Formats: sequence, C-alpha cells, structure tokens
Amino acid sequence: MSNGKEEAGSQELILEAENVSKAYPGVQALDAVKINLKKAEIHGLVGENGAGKSTLIHIFGGICTPDSCKIFIKGKRVEEFKPHKASEYGIGVVFQELSLVNNMSIAENIFVNRQPVNKFGFIDKKKLNKRTEELLDIFDLKFDPDTKVGSLSTGDRQLIEILKALSKDPEVLILDEPTSSLSRGEIDRLFNLLLKLKDEGMAIIYISHRLQEVFDICDRVSVLRDGKYVGTEDVENVNENDLVKMMVGKELDSFYASEEKEIGEKYFEIKNFSGPDFNDINISLFKGEILGVFGLVGSGRTELAEAIFGIGKKSEGEIILNGESLKINKPIQAMRNGISYLTEDRHSKGLLLNMNIKENLVSSVLRNFARGSLGLMQDKKIGEFSREIVKKYNIVTPTIEKKVRNLSGGNQQKVLLGKWVGTDPEVLIVDEPTRGVDVGAKQEIYRYLNEISDRGIGIILISSDLPEVINISDRILVMREGEIAGCVPKNEATKENILAYAAGATNSGGNNRDEK
Amino acid sequence: MKNENKELSLVKKIINMREFMIVFIILIIGVFMTFASPHFLTAGNMRALFLRVSIASILAIGMTILLTSGDFDLSVGSVLAFSGAIVAISLTSGVPLPFAILFALAAGTFIGLLNGVIVAKIGINPFITTLATMMAVRGLVMIIMGGRNIAGLPDNFTAIGRTYFLTIQSPIWISLVLIVLFEFLLRKTKFFRQNYYIGGNPLAAMFSGIEVQKMRIFNFMLTGFLAGSAGIINTARFAAATTTAGQGIELQVVAAVILGGASLKGGEGTIVGAFFGALLMGLIINSLNLLGVDVYWQTFVQGSILLFAVIVDQYGKKKTISAAN
Repeated sequence: MSNGKEEAGSQELILEAENVSKAYPGVQALDAVKINLKKAEIHGLVGENGAGKSTLIHIFGGICTPDSCKIFIKGKRVEEFKPHKASEYGIGVVFQELSLVNNMSIAENIFVNRQPVNKFGFIDKKKLNKRTEELLDIFDLKFDPDTKVGSLSTGDRQLIEILKALSKDPEVLILDEPTSSLSRGEIDRLFNLLLKLKDEGMAIIYISHRLQEVFDICDRVSVLRDGKYVGTEDVENVNENDLVKMMVGKELDSFYASEEKEIGEKYFEIKNFSGPDFNDINISLFKGEILGVFGLVGSGRTELAEAIFGIGKKSEGEIILNGESLKINKPIQAMRNGISYLTEDRHSKGLLLNMNIKENLVSSVLRNFARGSLGLMQDKKIGEFSREIVKKYNIVTPTIEKKVRNLSGGNQQKVLLGKWVGTDPEVLIVDEPTRGVDVGAKQEIYRYLNEISDRGIGIILISSDLPEVINISDRILVMREGEIAGCVPKNEATKENILAYAAGATNSGGNNRDEK
Repeated sequence: MKNENKELSLVKKIINMREFMIVFIILIIGVFMTFASPHFLTAGNMRALFLRVSIASILAIGMTILLTSGDFDLSVGSVLAFSGAIVAISLTSGVPLPFAILFALAAGTFIGLLNGVIVAKIGINPFITTLATMMAVRGLVMIIMGGRNIAGLPDNFTAIGRTYFLTIQSPIWISLVLIVLFEFLLRKTKFFRQNYYIGGNPLAAMFSGIEVQKMRIFNFMLTGFLAGSAGIINTARFAAATTTAGQGIELQVVAAVILGGASLKGGEGTIVGAFFGALLMGLIINSLNLLGVDVYWQTFVQGSILLFAVIVDQYGKKKTISAAN
C-alpha cells in the first residue's frame, strides 16, 4: 500500500473544532476537545472506549448538540446540529451500522430521503437503482439494488454504510471503525478508495481501534482520553507504543502476554464436519492449547462454531470429547458436555442487555443456583458468584446490579467471558472476543484467555484480527470458503503466509487435516 | 448463489407478494360463491359488498401508514363516532354544512394529534395510549349525544353518503379514490416512504436525518383525519349519528391491514394490500350470509382466516431468511 504521506495539497483547514464540550447526566463526555482537519488528509482519531470519539462524531454528524463549541467548516461557523444540516455542510459520516434499516433495499438505504424523483415528485426507481449500481461498483459488489439490507452479511452492510455516506459527495468523510467487520480484501479495497479520495482533496477522519491501520493510512492522528484532548501528532513521528501511551496515560507492559506453556494431550476432535457453509472439516484440540481459527468474512468460521455448539446446521460430522462421541443438536447438550461458545455478536446473541450483570453472569448456570423441588433461586449465592467473577475479570462497575447495556464494550465482553467460563467448560470457543473493545480491555482479555488455557482448557479462538491470532494462538487454522485451507504452527506464523492461505493464493490446498 | 437469486426474483417476488395471495383467495371464494349462490355475482350484491367495505377501507389507509412506521391506533372507531356526533350536532343546531364538516374533521385530527403527542413525544406505548383514547372518546360521544342517536339530518348532507355515480354509491367512490391516492403516495413519495424507515429501525431513521417524532405525530393526525372523514361519510349514509357507530371496527381494520401484509413490528405493508384484506373480510361475511350460515360463525371464520394468513406468512418469511443465509 502506498503511504500517501507526502504533504499533498495545501494546508487549507477545512474543519476546525475548538472547545467542544458535551455532558451527559453523570459524565463529561467531551471536555473542551479540539481537532482540525486539512484538505486532502486522512486524520486518525484514537482513544479507548469512553474517550469521547463517538460523541465527537455524533456532534459532527448532527446527531447530538454540544453544550458549547466553536466549529467552523470552511470558515463558516456551524450553528445548528441536525443530520440533514451536516450533509449540507458537506460532512458524511459512516456510522457503525447504525443508520441502515434492514427491511429496506440497498438503494433505498443509500438514498434515504434523497431518492431521485421524476417531474411528478414520485420516486424514480430506475434512476435510483442505476445510481445505486454505480455506487456498488466502487466496491465491486454485485448485489441487486433491490436486495434487502437485512439479508446482507455484516461486512457487506458496513460497505453499504460507507457507500451511503459517499453518495452525498461529502467534503469531509468521517468513518467510525469501518473495518471492524470487514475482511482483509475489503479493507484493502476501502483503503485504496480512501487514498484515492484523499488525492482528490477529501478530508477524512478515521476512527479505529486497530492502531496498525492508523499507521497504514493516516497522515496525522489525534488522541482523546476520558473526554479530553491529549494531542495531535504526525504519524511519521510516533510509533504504536507512543499512541497507546497517549491513549491509556501510562505504559502498558508487553501487549500479548505470551509465555512458554505446556500443551497436553489431544482430547477434543471435530471429525468430517459438513454443513451448508462448511465442508469436511477436521479439527483436533489439545489440552491447554489456544487454537486460532482465522478466516475472512464468509469463510464459514462462525457457522462452524455455531454448528459445534448445536445452534447452526450440520449435515454430518462427529464431535469427540475425551474419546467419547457426543450428540449435540442443541446448545444445552453442548453445555452439558462441557463446550461453551462466546458469540461474535454480543449485542444480539450474547448478552441480555436490559438485565443486570448478575443476571447475565448466571443466565447459563441457573440450575446451579436453584434449590429444592421448587427450584427457588438462591440470591445470596448468586451474588457471591457474580462478585467473584466481577473481581476476577476486573469488570469495572459500581455494582453487580448495573444493567449490561450501560457498560462499555470491553466490560460487556468481560461479562460475556465470565458468563461462559462460569459454566466450567472443558472446551471454550471464543468468536471475535475483542471486537469493538478498547486496547486496555483487549490486553486483559488476552491475559484471561491465557490463564484459562493454563488450567488445561482448550480454547478455539476465532478471529479476523490477524495480529491477535498470530500472537495468542499456539497453532493457527486458516479457513477459506468453508474449508480448512491450511494449518500454521505458532513459530511459522506470519501475516503473509496466513493471508495467502485465507485468500487461496497457496495451492497446497485440499489439505483438510490439521494434524501437526 | 447470486445468479439463482436473480432468476428466481421476478416470479418469486410476485408470488411472494401478500397482495397476490389475498387476491388469489378472494378469487377462489368468488368462483366458489358464483356456483354456490345465484345471488352472489349480482350487481346488487357486489354493491352491498363494496359499500360494507368502504368505511373500513378508509380507516385501513391510516392504520396501514401507522403500522408501517411501527405505530398503531385503536381509537379510530371511537373517532369515527365522535366526528359523526359533531357533524350531526352541528347540523341540527344550525351550523352551515361546510363548517359542520370542518368541525368534524378538526375533531378527528385533534384526537390524532393528542394520540401522536402522547405516543411520540411523551413516549407512551401506542397500544395503551389509543386503548385509553378509544374508551375516553367513546365516552365523550355518549356524553355529547346524551346517549341518544341523532337523526333528521338535512338532505344536502346525507347526499354525501347517498349519491350514485355510474350506479355506484358515493362511499365506494370516495374510498377507492383515497386508496389509489394513498397507495401512490406511500409507494412513490419520499415523504411517506420515511415511514418504512421509521418502522424498520427508528434509531437508524433518526441517524439518516428523518424527523421521526414529527413524522409519527403527523401519521396519527392523518389517521384521525381519515377516521373523521369516515365518520362524516358513515353518518351521511345512514342519515343518523349513533353512539355505537364504528364500535369494534378498529380490530376489524387492524385484522384487514395485517391480512394485507403489514406487520405489527413495522416496516412493512401496503394500502392496496390493506384494501384487499378488508375486502376479503367483507367477502367472507357476505358469503356466509348468502350461504345462510349462522351469524355466530362469521366472527369465528374471520378470526381463523387471520390466524391462517399470519402463520403462512411467518412460514414464508422463515424460508426466505434461510434462503438468504
């Protein structure tokens, strides 16, 4: 990737924001934050969850009104904060999937309230679909514009969200973690597009949790911490450690806690697993091993995990634990046999958002806390159990009665982890355990996964975060189009060889065995 | 997989359309009834059938728009009676006809505004809000009418519901014009299409720059306005305002709209579908009458058909979802 770091274009400031403050009941979300944006630059915006990035872009996007601010766009003071005003000012925001309506078509989502009309004021469907197809071509997407957005994958929805922002021809494009659900190929395409837009003079604010991306693509980077402005740096002048230090406010010790560890015997096997989205999969897992499963979106990794756990469909295949063949058609059967699965989608599949931490933590082990033939819940025991997990996994909360909805992403993920580790599994499958989680919590989660595996529990770690897979796993399986494309031991793992397997570049394929 | 989708799409789309299914059922019943009863396919019976359906269809327009945006109004039957009462009282106390109509429409719109503000601004669930206004407004009708019906309305007023044009009575014409008009508006205009976004995902709609609150209030006002219009037409047609006018019609209308493809979850539904839904409901009653089936069976059959339709629909949806995955 060409790093467009030459001082392209003029130094003209297209957006200047100063003294942006916003308080919510109990939190000062933004405290006199500033940021400025030059024409033709990609400006990274980083910070932990709760640092105020989202609030800041909600203000730029006209979703919320700041308590005080001085925001100038091309020298013009912004007075009114409404989404359609933001578009008028030339600001396009790519929200994290927040602005798509599943029951509407791709075309109607992209051109919401801006559908082309004919002379009678009726929506011109032909023109609408044609313009949508032109936009879809940008990412080489072959969808019918009438396709309902709800039937698309998360990654495709994210691309549609980006196209929606682009369709307004913005001068300032703001992207909020656009890559968290994209595959490597899609990310490359997005980056090429952003660099091209930059060359055409667009100013871009790029928010990401993946610091590497900031170095890949950004010219300058601004850091927020706890609602305050920490600083702005030229990307050339900083490294990843500097940024983390600015974000966290202190040095972090080595990010991926990986020490030598002992791997036990083979005890869990998936044999000849086939289903609609995967074919003839064989996996074996050793005690105390972290087995990484890397694959692009659509490679069938989540479907495979769900099938092992008894949610998804499988047409044939065998699961063997400690030499015994298990019959698993429902999650409860998987759980009783000691298999736990942390979903990649903690909001809709993992957590009971409107219930509190305690209720979430015990939700899959209720029967451990029921007493007598009536099955009365033992509140005291539940409280002790929950407090212990909250302490063990450092879930930051004033009380175990707090609604999970109101926790940060990292703490939510730790609740999910606590909930499933609380079931005392023999095999733990974790799917994208650090998606949308800030750096600090990410590091903690890695530490917990290592601790769990040290107890002899085998962990299957499904992830599309390449550095994570490489650094945490003892062995890495790469999935492609529903098959295992390759198996890489830890000491041979590099970005290049894993991606080559994932993209199908190596032809040693057909090797569906993962034995060492 | 994508190619398959494209080939299947057109035929499948038409067959999957709820309107298609309902028209199909209507045709089957129609053909059956033509053979089963000599009185069925007569001009007189058809006129009676459509006349019966006309009032419910007008209410169904507002209800469809509300359901697409995820809202709901149980008070339409009471508003219908209220507007009828207002127009009748105005006329019998000497208010000129245009003003009497204006008062009745304003009354309907105002109750819609009230519903809208309580639901969209204060944030009370639409079911509870409109259940309450349904009862309160019905009570208001009894109070202002003193529990008595009001007849003896002037001819120039009753003409609204009793004029014939091309041998067809005016309520049918009015309802058909409104249905075609609003079908186009809801399908083709940016303004009304906002409802599908709101019903699909209100937060996303807000993020996309749609004024969700204002739109929801507008929808309730439009529904109130249409219920007010229906009340005027109904009163004119029977030449009397009654305290029980439109009692129970709200659930019939909801049933018709859901039969027509709308969902209580929002984001779906068409006006034509709702009209066919209302027509199907009317047709069933008409057919059972002609076949001499006991009146107690009629409601039972209506309920069963509604259940059948939503179950078939759910099954169809599950299939499309698994196909998409």
